[in-house]
Amino acid sequence: MLTKRIIPCLDIKNGRTVKGVNFVDLRDAGDPVELAKQYANQGADELVFLDISATLEGRGTTLDMVLHVAEQVNIPFTVGGGISSVEHVDALLQCGADKVSINSSAVKRPELVNELSNKFGSQCVVVAIDAKQIDGQWKVHLAGGSIPTEIDLFEWAKEVEERGAGEILFTSMDHDGTKNGFANEALARLSEELNIPIIASGGAGNVQHFVDTFKEGKSDAALAASVFHFGEIPIPELKKELKSNNIEVRL
Amino acid sequence: MKLVIINYGAGNIKSIQFAFKRLGVDAILSNNPDEIKEADKIIFPGVGEASTAMNMLKESGLDKLIPTLKQPVLGICLGMQLLCKHTEEGDTKGIGIFQTNVKRFTNKVKVPQMGWNVIKDLKSDLFKGIKESEYMYLVHSYYAEHCNETIAKTDYGLNYASALQHENFYGVQFHPEKSGVEGAKILKNFLEL
Repeated sequence: MLTKRIIPCLDIKNGRTVKGVNFVDLRDAGDPVELAKQYANQGADELVFLDISATLEGRGTTLDMVLHVAEQVNIPFTVGGGISSVEHVDALLQCGADKVSINSSAVKRPELVNELSNKFGSQCVVVAIDAKQIDGQWKVHLAGGSIPTEIDLFEWAKEVEERGAGEILFTSMDHDGTKNGFANEALARLSEELNIPIIASGGAGNVQHFVDTFKEGKSDAALAASVFHFGEIPIPELKKELKSNNIEVRL
Repeated sequence: MKLVIINYGAGNIKSIQFAFKRLGVDAILSNNPDEIKEADKIIFPGVGEASTAMNMLKESGLDKLIPTLKQPVLGICLGMQLLCKHTEEGDTKGIGIFQTNVKRFTNKVKVPQMGWNVIKDLKSDLFKGIKESEYMYLVHSYYAEHCNETIAKTDYGLNYASALQHENFYGVQFHPEKSGVEGAKILKNFLEL
């Protein structure tokens, strides 16, 4: 059976990991390659690197980083953050990224999803959607969740699926950072209305939250950052616990 | 050991090259028929859309060269599918090494299948040291139907051939280059065939 995936997310700035990382046996916690190898050894199923560099120069170093990760890490990884052109995606894939995730750029120019899936295949196009509830309606937000739009989450998700997205990475701004669990109701609706995999993001605080998002949220994968980086939830223990809850995982 | 990865423009071959580098083998990327013919081992990769990839093979004449190869050839993902008789993707005629057809998953499962699934009923030296029901990483919307060349099986809504073998031709639907330590073992086994 296809297993549920556990995906640590690493924020990258100028080629280095930024969020505080608390791995005792890591020589250099700022080195994305070291960290990625560590996660691969722990049983992470995939990795996501989110580039938050503000400058072109910073972005350039990310390309180098992608090359080094591809050289040394033997599990799939996605690169996202500030990607808005076919050329940029081409360069990332040439460096060995397996998938790219696009977010605001797809909202600004939805044809980008078609262009990428036609040229590189749906399997490497992840559309990331940040949304939060306004008067009970899930509305898409841009630029890391700071700019609200009138776009409905479910309509947008359906549209990008039709345009060729291979996967949706849905972050609930209402849940992100709260450690109170994932947005399972919205996730389950996405999973029912769409026929591509859905990655849950935002809200992971404990093991039960992962159990809930796979069972109630019908998520195909769950992404988290701080609970993994600070060692609050070790991946091997998380997976064992999921297994004992009858959730299929790779052990 | 001269290992060539056929470079015909379809897909991410860097990952495969790096995976062999981790095994200590420098693979050559080539679309040159003479260089391919001289290789000890050949990787036939592929990611993307089948008819586009097949057209690229035809343009370089590689569709004619591949069936004549006598050394071990490993098709990966779309590479494996193009070695079959026909694929529903773009209604594309394949190279026809494997006597089976490639079909699209039905919508009772999410398409693409994306992630780690198990391979079972392993029947080849390619899987030496790999345990039954080992996890491999897969990303695909189309699958190969079973035939008597099936050497590994996977379930996703239905049971299909996740690996095939005909004489010196091997094909795997999963990505050994992205399947951790166990995937690397399969690549090592291929080098030792």
